[in-house]
Amino acid sequence: MADHDHDHDHHHDHGSELSETQLRVRALESILTEKGYVDPAALDLLIEAYETKIGPHRGARVIAKAWADQEFKRRLIEDASDAVEALGFSNRVSDHLVAVENTERLHNMIVCTLCSCYPWEVLGLPPVWYKAAPYRSRAVIDPRGVLRDFGVELPADTQIRVWDSTAETRFIVLPMRPAGTDGWNEEQLASLVTRDCMIGTGLPRRPNETAR
Amino acid sequence: MNGVHDMGGMHGFGPVEPEPNEPVFHADWEGRAFALNRAMGFTGLWNIDITRASREKLPPHVYLASSYYQKWTLGLQSLLLERGLIEPDELAAGRALRPGKKLPRKLTTAEIDKALARGSFERRATAPAKFKAGDRVRARNINPPTHTRLPRYARGRVGVVERVRGCHVYPDSVVRGEGENPQWLYTVVFDGRELWGPEADPSTKVSIEAFEPYLELSL
Repeated sequence: MADHDHDHDHHHDHGSELSETQLRVRALESILTEKGYVDPAALDLLIEAYETKIGPHRGARVIAKAWADQEFKRRLIEDASDAVEALGFSNRVSDHLVAVENTERLHNMIVCTLCSCYPWEVLGLPPVWYKAAPYRSRAVIDPRGVLRDFGVELPADTQIRVWDSTAETRFIVLPMRPAGTDGWNEEQLASLVTRDCMIGTGLPRRPNETAR
Repeated sequence: MNGVHDMGGMHGFGPVEPEPNEPVFHADWEGRAFALNRAMGFTGLWNIDITRASREKLPPHVYLASSYYQKWTLGLQSLLLERGLIEPDELAAGRALRPGKKLPRKLTTAEIDKALARGSFERRATAPAKFKAGDRVRARNINPPTHTRLPRYARGRVGVVERVRGCHVYPDSVVRGEGENPQWLYTVVFDGRELWGPEADPSTKVSIEAFEPYLELSL
């Protein structure tokens, strides 16, 4: 297997067996560049921004601050765009960000059944499963089953609310603050916040699941 | 458009498969395909609704068999061809065979922050909102052959308006070439049993973001 994997990577890296898709993307970039429609250096910066700057660590900061600061939490629930804007991320967040709060009685889960709508500014680009048919098809008809795929089992009497992102509103879940975190600062709290718990397909880490 | 992209409630796609430590892009070409789409979107030749529609119009078997960024690539390619921005012979040659057309704007490295900032889709209202929080509404049974954001599983079902979200660009009009035609947008919540029948999990509710033309009062 190791040899096979090596071969596989080798071909991808050196272009001796480029896939049809790779060739198509390469051709498109050449054509659009030569026609003066795109600047490859700008493409590099876009990719770099989503690979290194814009990701779920931002959302984790938002959630941790809401756990630590009641006034910020109030503002976040009231108008998440405004509240997050105040944190001063390098790019402007959408005007239409909505934070939905989990409680003992209610669990929120976000999906986009029609395409892949996702709060990029606070979570980065969505994972493959979020954009793929199994999640998009089942989240609205069998959310408990989907949660089990993620190893999450909620009490039978917890209400589940699924938010289908069918317009330009974008949703982020505010999970419940894990017990046993009294006195933790925002940075420590942020280490408990996973991407999936902000989509609603996971729960935050417990204090013993992370190095403090 | 009643396409395969409208997947809510379908069966048979198997379990969700989370990938631990997933990279942002799984191959270099994915990043390039992503950035090409964003950069062409920045030109102002089309908006987000038109790019979505370009992917939904892929033949169903292609849509289902293609990865996410493959769909982005194919959608972009059809938009470029439709608008005469590139020609098929250029795709075959893998290079430009004639000069480009003049674009409204072009993404430069100096303007990256603008491309990363998400625009606002809210517009000034020209009429008061028809519905208010608490109203019982039925999602209309509409089946436009063109782009719409009303998922099939909600059509004909009765829900409750939870929030009025302001007046937003109306995707259905944009894609038909009829302009932004802003419409009031509502969060409408449906009981799981209303959507999926009496056998459905009674502890589940599903909401959609519904534009006003999708809704009618239900008394």
